[in-house]
Amino acid sequence: MITAERKPFDEILELVGDKKKVLVAGCDTCVAICLTGGEKEAEILASELRIKAGQDGRAVEVEHTAAIRQCEWEYLDMIAEKVEAADVVLSMACGIGIQSMAEKFSPKIVVPAVNTNMLGMPQEHAVWLERCGACGECVIGETAGICPVVRCSKSLMNGPCGGSHDGLCEVTGPDKEEIECAWALIWERLNAQGREELMFINRPPKNWSKSSSGGPRKMVREEAKPV
Amino acid sequence: MAATEVKAADEAVTAAEEPPKKPVDPDFEPEIIVFACHYCAYAAADLAGSMRLQYPSNIRMIKLPCTGKLEVIHLLRAIEAGADGVYAAGCMEGECHYLKGNLWARKRVDHVKDLLAELGIEPERVEMYNMSSAMGAKFAAVATEFTQRIKELGPNPVKRKGVSPHAAAREALGGVAMPDEPPPSAAAPVEEGHAE
Amino acid sequence: MTATEYKAGSNLEKVLSTGTFAVTGECGPPKGADVTVIEEKAKLLKGYVDAVNITDNQTAVVRVCSMASGYTAQQNGVEAIMQMTCRDRNRLAMQADILGASTLGIKNVLCLTGDHLSFGNHPEARGVHDLDAINLIKMYKDMRDEKKFQCGEEMTVAPPLYIGCAENPFADPFELRALRLKKKIEAGADFVQTQCIFNVPKFKKWMEEVRALGLHKEIKILAGITPMKGVGGARYMQKFVPGIDVPQDIVDRMAVPEKGAPQQAEGKKIAVEMIKEFTEIEGVAGVHIMAIEWEIAVPEIVEAAGLMPRPAVA
Repeated sequence: MITAERKPFDEILELVGDKKKVLVAGCDTCVAICLTGGEKEAEILASELRIKAGQDGRAVEVEHTAAIRQCEWEYLDMIAEKVEAADVVLSMACGIGIQSMAEKFSPKIVVPAVNTNMLGMPQEHAVWLERCGACGECVIGETAGICPVVRCSKSLMNGPCGGSHDGLCEVTGPDKEEIECAWALIWERLNAQGREELMFINRPPKNWSKSSSGGPRKMVREEAKPV
Repeated sequence: MAATEVKAADEAVTAAEEPPKKPVDPDFEPEIIVFACHYCAYAAADLAGSMRLQYPSNIRMIKLPCTGKLEVIHLLRAIEAGADGVYAAGCMEGECHYLKGNLWARKRVDHVKDLLAELGIEPERVEMYNMSSAMGAKFAAVATEFTQRIKELGPNPVKRKGVSPHAAAREALGGVAMPDEPPPSAAAPVEEGHAE
Repeated sequence: MTATEYKAGSNLEKVLSTGTFAVTGECGPPKGADVTVIEEKAKLLKGYVDAVNITDNQTAVVRVCSMASGYTAQQNGVEAIMQMTCRDRNRLAMQADILGASTLGIKNVLCLTGDHLSFGNHPEARGVHDLDAINLIKMYKDMRDEKKFQCGEEMTVAPPLYIGCAENPFADPFELRALRLKKKIEAGADFVQTQCIFNVPKFKKWMEEVRALGLHKEIKILAGITPMKGVGGARYMQKFVPGIDVPQDIVDRMAVPEKGAPQQAEGKKIAVEMIKEFTEIEGVAGVHIMAIEWEIAVPEIVEAAGLMPRPAVA
């Protein structure tokens, strides 16, 4: 699923600027599941904005709403009235939802209240781990179902590097949390699968033209297009 | 009064005396919302009443089936509506009727503290307390301590006229809040700093 | 062997091909547009090493580039081994740079993945990692041997390169470390420099695996040495530097003499002992001395290890 984290409050405040009517728009799909931008979180942010305005003595109207999915035109119709009434929309959806809103309601100002960060897997309640880089050419068939593109800090196609120690990566995360060495995991699982030989293939350079390096991507399914 | 209760009351009072005191406006009477668990704090308030213990009338209680029903937005709504302080009072840790409701409440209160800090509002305006239904003295001591804390902090900067924080919090809670019972009998304003 | 048989004809390649125990050093370029630092380090090492590694933004900290510094080193009488990391360049830049380096007379290149950006002074930079070190080795080999760019297109003049790589016998999983060297050989590496060695028994164990696979016959192995300046540095490496294995007995030994000159002397002594031990290990073709900001110690160590004079190869 797509995960996102809320922006710091000060940054949100700056994005809202001096607008008088603010709509906080949640999205009840991915960002709701990752507890960042669903209706509940939209209500909390709206309340915070009102508290701040009350504290500063500013007259600001803040409302909240949520679309079932901000990335689909049909669902945006359902919140259109509230959007039209606002001076600025603070979207809590992922980058896709925010852009759909900005496009659908152009020239309405739509600003993000969250930072979309990854395609993550919920490891346990309230913990997500990055699992996919949407690189456009999946290699995990050869790597025991473990993505070296995003799970190896250096995106090695032929790991592990010399920094792998005790199953951990030499890199630690932003909060100094330990990161598992993807290639140590790949090695372990290839062994369990009896496919050790896959470790010794010299994999060629990856074709990054299939990723965002190749320019913005477009997918068309001709057979599914309406007649 | 049981020995443990005296100790608990003493601790609460001692804790209130620790922070350095700011000049207090003698005319400031804070509005404080208490989210009280039906199984413990609400009953403790009743007991405090029966024991004729005095505590400030600044607190207004909302009864919940469990503090685990309390969500971040409920605390924020009370602050938004102008409550000067808000606290949740749940069962002793390990003794929640629903096992972990009070632990969730503590996490949510802590989260609201973080949110308030981001907004530039004193996180001390929200708090989580634990007590059992037998701790009438602790209930009174907590109410006194917290009221004193809020008096020292001064009014909520988002004071709004014409909105009752109690009503706003109840509204936010919707059907979660339990009906008000007749207020605990002996609750009455007390002199500054007088706990019991 | 005639000159035409050499892959690059570099001094390092020639020394190694004669079977002489090789010595390489290492120089870090400065954090500023200052040519004198490499000039001076090159003068210190001249005649004591067969070639010197010029690091490429080591530990992800910006410095004078390895190509310009490599050129300076060569102007000052020491052959350069230009380090090239995958962290800061994509395949276009890595090919352009090696062609450029080649036109400046640089013949040795060391292909590295590179320390992660998070360790350096620009942690907010975008890491490139278009290729990994093994891809890089293969790309340079194809440029040299097939006269082809990575895309398959032919080039006008192939760069004569002696291609090196690094390997860390102390990283995990241990059972993969020799096998990973094999992958690098298959990709086209001519020589390998190891991570600095303190745990000699473990290194010997790794060499056993290397010999069991016959790899020592396919690649020239230079054992990494870092002379310790003091017990503080030893403890720091033991605790904080990932991928370095400093056994406690080495730290204890460094702690015995007094701080300053006596500890430095002990550090040099340990380095000399290790070098002598490595000369006895089958398959070890030389040593790579990484005297980090202590280049001045290198001549004395090389001398004491009995590796002087360095061979003059035509």
